[in-house]
Amino acid sequence: MRNVGTVMMRELGGYFATPVAYVFIVIFLALASALTFYLGYFFERGQADLQPFFMFHPWLYLFLIPAISMRLWSEERKSGTIELFLTLPITLPAAVIGKFLAAWVFAGIALALTFPLWITVNYLGEPDNGVILASYIGSFLMAGGYLAIGSCLSALTKNQVIAFVLTVAVCFLFTVSGSEVVVSFFGDLASRTVVEIIAAFSFLTHFNQIIKGVIDARDIVFYLAVIAVWLFATVVVVDLKKAD
Amino acid sequence: MVEMIATRDLVKRFGPIEAVRGVSLSVKRGEVLGFLGPNGAGKSTTMKMITGFLRPTSGSASICGFDVLDQPIEAKRRLGYLPEGAPLYPDMTAHAFLRFVASARGLSGAEKEKRIEAAVERTHLEDVLRQPIETLSKGFKRRVGLAQALLHDPEVLILDEPTDGLDPNQKFEVRSLINQMAPDKAIVISTHILEEVDAVCTRAVIIAGGRVVADGTPGELAARSRYHNAVSLVVPPDLADSVVGALAGLTAVASVDKTPRPDGTVKLTAFPKDGANIYGRINQLVEAHSWPVGELRGETGYLDDVFRSITTGEQRPPGTTAAGAPSDREAAHA
Repeated sequence: MRNVGTVMMRELGGYFATPVAYVFIVIFLALASALTFYLGYFFERGQADLQPFFMFHPWLYLFLIPAISMRLWSEERKSGTIELFLTLPITLPAAVIGKFLAAWVFAGIALALTFPLWITVNYLGEPDNGVILASYIGSFLMAGGYLAIGSCLSALTKNQVIAFVLTVAVCFLFTVSGSEVVVSFFGDLASRTVVEIIAAFSFLTHFNQIIKGVIDARDIVFYLAVIAVWLFATVVVVDLKKAD
Repeated sequence: MVEMIATRDLVKRFGPIEAVRGVSLSVKRGEVLGFLGPNGAGKSTTMKMITGFLRPTSGSASICGFDVLDQPIEAKRRLGYLPEGAPLYPDMTAHAFLRFVASARGLSGAEKEKRIEAAVERTHLEDVLRQPIETLSKGFKRRVGLAQALLHDPEVLILDEPTDGLDPNQKFEVRSLINQMAPDKAIVISTHILEEVDAVCTRAVIIAGGRVVADGTPGELAARSRYHNAVSLVVPPDLADSVVGALAGLTAVASVDKTPRPDGTVKLTAFPKDGANIYGRINQLVEAHSWPVGELRGETGYLDDVFRSITTGEQRPPGTTAAGAPSDREAAHA
């Protein structure tokens, strides 16, 4: 477990050693605010809550999270450092978890830097801070889910662009499967149970529950399970593809 | 003595291609094994299997008695590895990188700093420690890779082309470093440079087509050269033909090669029958005829000649026009 920390610190340092981290954080904050104020009608709604901020997170993450995860393994494979990395006395699960945690902590830093919005809404009115906290936790868990998918797909290829596109595509499926368009589309074709199962796999369905203030252990378990399954898949894929 | 590295029938197939076809090796403490072979012979693949990076199709490898697949962490702890091309994290400074490797190797506190300092000193990295690795020259990058492999003072060192891309001074330093460490470690180095084998290796293994085709001390291998016990002499051009005639007349001489040299003189090489020692006889002949011989030398054999004949399966009959080997060798010595 000590090695998880070692791997995580190296990886996290890697984000901040290049401009990538700063560019990402600035873009994330700019887009998140623009969506909140222009598409979410933050002021016009006249309500003291952060719904218009959080409701766009699944879509924001859809494109920004793959940008964090794409380099996790593909860069190691392309540059050959994976050979050095995996011949150190570190177990493969520790390596996979360490890298994932670094990306997750980084996403968490970006998310935490949206705190001025929380200050604003508290200045303007009296929001339910419990709901806001829950929404932040939900958003963070959802980011972890997208990152775990990205981690696995990044191990599949040496090419970061391919990793990015694949991750966006798969994350898109995991997002839209709960959207009204898809649900109504399958609603005409399949039985209710099938529709519910498809919707149950959607990040959107679970996230929408959380930001409404309905904290259900099942939603949290869902994200943790998604993360665990995709990280396990990452271990398998890295082991298969590491020497290609 | 304990086997520090042992492999048994290592086989690696990539789809239909059989890259390594049954390599069994054993390396003891104090041995420096030079792993030779043409590109694509399976050297790097074999090394990757020994380090546990690649899973063999069949066969096994162990380091200090720990199987690299069953007890990978124990095996890797005792191993220092410089992969081919010395891959490193370009964004990190040399110091941050060494700190990372030290932590991953379970070192901490004062011990960690001490080990890093020692590795830096051994590889002369003091001046570039605070620079990002991507800004370093090829020679420094290779040395960072070496420092990383030496950091924990491992019992087993596997170095894939450790001197590739270094200038002659740096090569010399790396070789003396290997020589210093040799007595209490088991070291495997792969190389294309045959003089390196003479300089550092106690044992040379030649691999071709995924199989071990020769295994012995550098001296033993050189003795397999057709130049072993051959005698070469340099004579003026007008004398060449009569000297060739006289040499060919000796019963112990199998054949004589004639190679013109750039300065107009001719180099003759007499090959003995069955590796017999013919130096004395030829020396007498030279004195008896009072030939103005520029240089008279008994050959011990050339590793590169052996290398070439083994790895290409080519066995030139002695006496045909000497192409390649001897003149290359001379150019290298000039």
